[in-house]
Parts: sequence; structure tokens; C-alpha cells
Amino acid sequence: MLLIRCPWCGNREETEFRYGGQAHVHHPQDTSTLDDQAWAEYLFIRDNPCGELAERWVHTAGCRRWFNAIRDTATNRMRAELPSARKPVTR
Amino acid sequence: MGAPRHVPPDPSARLWRNPEPKRGYDVVIVGAGGHGLATAYYLARNHGIRDIAVLERGWLAGGNMARNTMIIRSNYLLDESAALYNHALNLWEQLPAELDHDFLLSQRGVLNLAHTEQEVRDARRRSFANELNGVDTEWVTPEEIAEICPILNTSDEVRYPVLGATLQRRAGIAKHDHVAWALARKSDEMGVDFIQGCEVTGFTTDGDRVTGVQTDLGPIAAGRVGLAAAGRTSLLTDTLGIRLPLQSHPLQALASELLEPVHPCVVMSNHVHVYCSQAHKGELVLGAGIDPYNGYSRRGSIRTIENQLAAAVELFPIFARAHMIRTWAGTVDVTPDASPIIGPTPYENLFVNCGWGTGGFKATPGVGWVFAHTIATGEPHPINAPYGMERFTTGALIDEHGAAAVAH
Ligand SMILES: Cc1cc2nc3c(=O)[nH]c(=O)nc-3n(C[C@H](O)[C@H](O)[C@H](O)COP(=O)(O)OP(=O)(O)OC[C@H]3O[C@@H](n4cnc5c(N)ncnc54)[C@H](O)[C@@H]3O)c2cc1C
Ligand SMILES: [Zn+2]
Repeated sequence: MLLIRCPWCGNREETEFRYGGQAHVHHPQDTSTLDDQAWAEYLFIRDNPCGELAERWVHTAGCRRWFNAIRDTATNRMRAELPSARKPVTR
Repeated sequence: MGAPRHVPPDPSARLWRNPEPKRGYDVVIVGAGGHGLATAYYLARNHGIRDIAVLERGWLAGGNMARNTMIIRSNYLLDESAALYNHALNLWEQLPAELDHDFLLSQRGVLNLAHTEQEVRDARRRSFANELNGVDTEWVTPEEIAEICPILNTSDEVRYPVLGATLQRRAGIAKHDHVAWALARKSDEMGVDFIQGCEVTGFTTDGDRVTGVQTDLGPIAAGRVGLAAAGRTSLLTDTLGIRLPLQSHPLQALASELLEPVHPCVVMSNHVHVYCSQAHKGELVLGAGIDPYNGYSRRGSIRTIENQLAAAVELFPIFARAHMIRTWAGTVDVTPDASPIIGPTPYENLFVNCGWGTGGFKATPGVGWVFAHTIATGEPHPINAPYGMERFTTGALIDEHGAAAVAH
């Protein structure tokens, strides 16, 4: 069971959260100019590192707000839980 | 049904050599899981290629192959999937004789339960699709289920009563470790080198050709390279700038103490999400879905275990007092359409087999056959032609989500 820190509510059990996958994946601009390759990249392809990943979580059973976290996918160590931001969080 | 219980044969004193790696091979396979082993076996047997190395970062078949819940079936909805998994099931039936090794293939039948009206419709549709594809299948009622598997709670006193099930009688389980050892022994006899404790860290390339692999034991040249590295595939393809639509997740299983034989078949429930069979030795073996987040830790969350045990005890009240004695997890790579990727890559001489998610054990001989064909000829076999990575760009997905009789 992961212990996850919500930026608003503090440490809570993983069961209170839902996972939202990789953070900072933005809908493409100028969609009329996108080719199939670029669409496939946006729709289907995400980073899959063995190490740190910036990702999104939502505190479904709590404040229901989204936030970003950086988690190491090999150790589950999490750091820098921050409100969703347009700019990538690297702190 | 009801499989006779017998013990596997004692392994031979030595099943395979432990050679030093040569400086180069005609074919290098990355990963000595079931898929890597079966690919090497069919490369040697069907295509006469004998100069092969299978490189394994850990120990032979110690990855997901050692961790799976052994379920074999071919009752998939879509034509492409039925063709692949049924090819595998046909091969499973002839392999023990061919490999001269009894790995306890037990065709005890798999029940896929339906608990809602929608699931009944979906399951019946899948069953009709199976019939059209020549896959054995039956729709069974709760009364018939009670006869096939008397320990299953078929009363309507539960939150999600069993409304029926599909039954595939040819489906069942096989002793996974013995499958791996049998394939390794026969491949070794044909000259295949298995190099354990050898991690592939990248590739050597010449333009858009892959000319070999980098390993922690030094570079090894290769005429062709086949990846069968399961959950760690994208770590390797990333080094070449090939972006694969893969996400790696922990998938857990658990086993009970040894019990008298009580559970005659395999039962899977997508809706309450648990699957269970009783191993030859007597353990109850249970699995469920992946943990939602990405992970390479090979440890899953307790909450997944809680959910699957709650479901198991509701379906099988007599399990309430069983002690679970072992849990473990593997790292499985999941694709957006819940179907594998098998085929060439933008690099000449490099071929991938990945994205099997939670269900690749059942495909082991089938995928070995078609992947060996792909590597040997440079072209996909008709069965794996639809499984190329380009389907994510063309949109010709093989969308087995929900349809494959288990949630991924
Ligand atoms: C808990 C659990 C239950 C499952 N239950 C079932 C089931 O009931 N039925 C079913 O059909 N499937 C099941 N599966 C899925 C099945 O186990 C996998 O789909 C299948 O094993 C994948 O193919 P493989 O055998 O080649 O993978 P693996 O056995 O994982 O083989 C890949 C190998 O590659 C090695 N490797 C990785 N990276 C490198 C590298 N860089 N260099 C060298 N070696 C490397 C790994 O160490 C590993 O040994 C289950 C999986 C899990 C985890
Ligand atoms: Zn909160």
C-alpha cells in the first residue's frame, strides 16, 4: 500500500486516490496540421521509465483535487507533491 | 473433469549448459522467459538456425514466467486473437511428447463467469465468436456450473450472483517452470547458448541496422536481434529512440497452503475480478488485475490482494479459512489495446515481442512459433502480421479490452 501525500490533505492511504498517468501531456495545438504519427504519439505513447516519473493523482475519496507527484517507479519513493501546474514540476 | 494428480518428473541432472558467451551469433534473443525460450526452440527446430544465444539478466525463466498463474485458454473475442491463442493451444497439446517432458498440461476446463446482464450478453457473444473461429466453447447455466465446480457459490444470495459462464474444456493449466526447463533442455541439445546473469544495456548499430547488443559482459555481435524482455522492453527500445506504446505495471498473485483437491477446474471472474485454480501440489493459486500505477518494483499493493480475496471468499465460501502463504508480483507491459506487439521495428534486424500484459503465458508456444518465423524470414507470419507496432498509427487496433474475458 502506498502512502501518498495530497498537497491539501496530507498523508493518506493509496485507496483514497486514483492514478492519472504521466503528467504534462498536453493536447496538441494546430490539430489540422498533425499527421497520423503525431496523433498516435499523443494518444498512445507515454514515458515508461524505470526511475523517476512525473505523474498525476487525484484524491478521489478526499478533496477530489488533482495534483502532480514525482515517483520513482522502481522504489515507489515519492517527492514534490504539488498542485497541478501547467509548467513541469521538477523541484 | 477433475484432473488426476501426479507429480512432475525429477529434472535431469543437467538441463542445459552454462557456456561463456561467444563474440557473435546469427541470432541473439534478449530474455530467457517462456517467450525467449520458445522462440529459440522454434528457430532451431523450424528454421534450422542453431547459432543462437538467449541472454538473460537474471536466471532462466525467473521473470514473469516464474510468477504467472499458469492459466492457458484461447477463448478470445477477436479473430486475430483467436488465431494466435488457438495456434498456441494446439501446440501446447503436442509439446509434452515433442519435448519428451511431462509438464503437467491439465486441460481441466476454464469457466469465465458472468455476473451482470451485460456480461451475459458479452460472454455469449464471445462464445459465438469462438464457435465461428473453431475455438471450443460452451455457454453454461448456474445449474451446470454447480455440477462442474460444486464449491462455487451459485446461490443468488450474493451481491453479484453467477448468471452463467462460458466454458472452454480444452483450457487449463500447465506447470510453468517445467515448460521452461523442457524448452531450454531441447534448445540446448540443438546448440542454443543460454547466458544467464547477462543484462543487455543497449545496442550496437550501423546506420539503421542493429549489429549487436551491449551487455554487462561486453558487446555481442548479432545478425538479428529479437526482444522478448517482457516488462522491460521499452527501456531497451528507448535507447534507439523507438517509442513503443507500453506501460509497465506490477501484477500480483498469491498461493495458499497445500490443500486436499477441492477445486476441479479454473474459475475466472472479470466482474468481481479474481481468478483461481488449484495447483497440482494442492495450493490455491489466485490472481487479479494489475496495480494501476507504473512500477518495476515487483511488489504490488495490499489493496489489490484485499479486493481479490474478498471476491474469492464470496465466490468460494469454503476458502474463508485457507491461509495464504505466499504473494509475489511480476512486471507486465500493457498496451493501449490490450494486445501484444510482435514484429519488425524501424531498425533492420531488430524485432520485438512485447506488450503481453497479464496474459502471455498461454501464448508461449504460439508466439515462439510466429516470432521465430518473423526473425528467420524478416517478415511476420500471417498470424502475427496484424500485431505490428504500426497499428497504433493506422488505427487498426486489436481492441481486446474487456472482450478477452478478463480485465487487463
Ligand atoms: C502474477 C502474474 C500472473 C500471470 N498469470 C498469467 C496466466 O495465468 N496466464 C497467462 O497466460 N499469463 C499470465 N501472466 C503473464 C505472463 O507471465 C507473461 O505475459 C509472460 O510470461 C511474458 O512473456 P515471457 O515469458 O517472455 O516474460 P518473462 O518471463 O518476464 O521473460 C522476460 C525475461 O527477460 C529478461 N530481461 C528483461 N530485460 C532484460 C535485459 N535488458 N537483458 C537481459 N534480460 C532481460 C527478464 O529477466 C525475464 O526473464 C501472468 C503474469 C504475472 C506477473
Ligand atoms: Zn486531498
